[in-house]
Parts: sequence; C-alpha cells; structure tokens
Amino acid sequence: MAIANVNPNRMELSKLKKRLETARRGHKLLKDKRDGLMKEFLEIVRVNKALRETVEANLKGVYENFLVASAIMSKQVLENSLMFPKHRVEVGIQTKNIMSVNVPVFNFEQKQDDLYSYGFFGTSGQLDASINRLGEVLPDLLALAEKEKSAQLLAAEIEKTRRRVNALEYVMIPQFTEKIRFIKMKLDESERSTTTRLMKVKDMMIKEMLSKNNMS
Amino acid sequence: MYRVAIIGDRESVLSFKAVGFDVADTTDSAEVLSAFNDFVSKNYAIIFVTEQVAQLIETEIESYKDRPYPAVIVIPNNRGSSGMGMDAIKKSVERAVGADILFKEEN
Repeated sequence: MAIANVNPNRMELSKLKKRLETARRGHKLLKDKRDGLMKEFLEIVRVNKALRETVEANLKGVYENFLVASAIMSKQVLENSLMFPKHRVEVGIQTKNIMSVNVPVFNFEQKQDDLYSYGFFGTSGQLDASINRLGEVLPDLLALAEKEKSAQLLAAEIEKTRRRVNALEYVMIPQFTEKIRFIKMKLDESERSTTTRLMKVKDMMIKEMLSKNNMS
Repeated sequence: MYRVAIIGDRESVLSFKAVGFDVADTTDSAEVLSAFNDFVSKNYAIIFVTEQVAQLIETEIESYKDRPYPAVIVIPNNRGSSGMGMDAIKKSVERAVGADILFKEEN
C-alpha cells in the first residue's frame, strides 16, 4: 500500500484519523443513497417497461389504420386534412427531486379535445380511427417519455454513486487505515527506543556515580 | 410551456400532426440531424424519434441522456418494433444495476 510519503508524527495521525472518520461517514451516506436510488429506479423501470409494451402495441394499431387510410385517400387530400391541426399538445416541465436527482415531471395540456382537423367529406374512416387511437395513446406516450427519461437519469446517478461508494470502500478507507497503522507503529517504535535510551543513560549515570564513589 | 416534436418517416409520423405534435418527416441523415438540433435549440420538452431515425443520430441522443430535458424517446415506426426501445431500457438497467435483472426471465 502507498505509505511511502507519510510523515509519522502525531499531527499527521490526528489528521488522518479525522479523514478516515469523514470517509466512513461519507461511505455510509452514499451507500444509503445508492440503495434508495436503486429502489426508486427499479420501480420506475418496471413501470417504464409496462408502458412501453402498451404504447408499442397501441402504436401498431395507429399505424395500421393510417396505412389503410393513406392507401384509400390521395396523398394530397391526406396532407390537406392534417395540415392545420386543431389540437395542440403543450407540456409543462416540473422537476421532482429523487435523492438529489432532478427528474422531470411532464404535465401536459391538451388545447382542444376535438382531434379531427378535417371534415368528413373525402376522408376515410380509417384516418379517424387512426387518429382516435393516437389520441388514446397520447397520455401513455407522454408518461412513457417521463418514466424513460427518469430511468435514464437515475441510472446515470446510480452509476456515479456506486463508483464513489466503491472508491471509498476499496481505496480510500483501506489506505487511511493502513497509513494510520503505519504511523502508530512508527510512533510506538520511537517511544520504545526513547525508553531504552533513557534506561541506557540511567544505567550509565549509575555506573559513573558508582565508580566515582569507589574512587573517593 | 414546452412543445413536443416527432421525427421519422412520413408514413409513420404524419398522423401525429393531428394530435398537435410538431412533425419533421425525413429519414435523410443530414436533415434528421438538423431537425433534431433545431428542436433541441427551441427547447422542446420531448422529442420522439422512430427507431429508424434513432440509428442515424445515436451519438446525439446519447449526449442528451444525462440532461433533464429534452427527453428523446424512441418509438417504433410503421414497420413494427425492432426492440430498440426495450434495448434502451435494458441498457439503463444494466448501467444502474450492473446486470440485467428485468428481462432475464424472458430469454
């Protein structure tokens, strides 16, 4: 472990101890965050999957009807009928905070509930059916957008958090404990050497005193 | 208020005009790109793209993944779904969990 550049003194030791404590606390917090995010994420992704299945199935119906309509009607009439839509979709974006991730919440407003921007003359029933169906799918489609975006954002955040947790758990914290151990051992070692030195000096002094007494 | 747009081939997206989406009907790679950038710069909330188109601007879509909006959502076109949308969900699950846990029971 990288303990090459550590000064083995008490100052460094107390500093490292503080950092270790912070790292431990951060690790715990991040771990909780990760678990919380994961719980939310799994819920959202499950909804997301279900929504996507229904939307894709419904869109198929829309397309089928539209295809028939475009086969029956001339291209020009079809385009003219759809040229000026009466219906408008506007979306308000709010953000919801899930564990410090800002997730969009789309609440949409439909301007008019009459979907048909054309008269009955010259247009085929399939077009009506197609558009009607689309109107039905619309709320799901927007909900899908919301959930899918949320899932993507949460996934990114979870990935980041997991990396941080791992970095703390497997790199930072072991490094700190190792450094602290190293310093403690060094300090103990120097303490022991001081003690022995003192004992040695004491011995020498006693010997000197004794020899002086013998001389006199 | 923000608006909703859709990019895709004509047959698939024309009907979305009726419900008030802003439609860009093109499948040409350069046109799709400019339409996409246009929608992004005009602050559209949601941009739907058909699978076919999504393949053309994959990197652009990827770069908006980590922003709250626009939400770029892949939908199937009139030739049916190739499972690209599901793949996107799968990918985000893998990204978050590290393994695919949602779809395992199916395959």
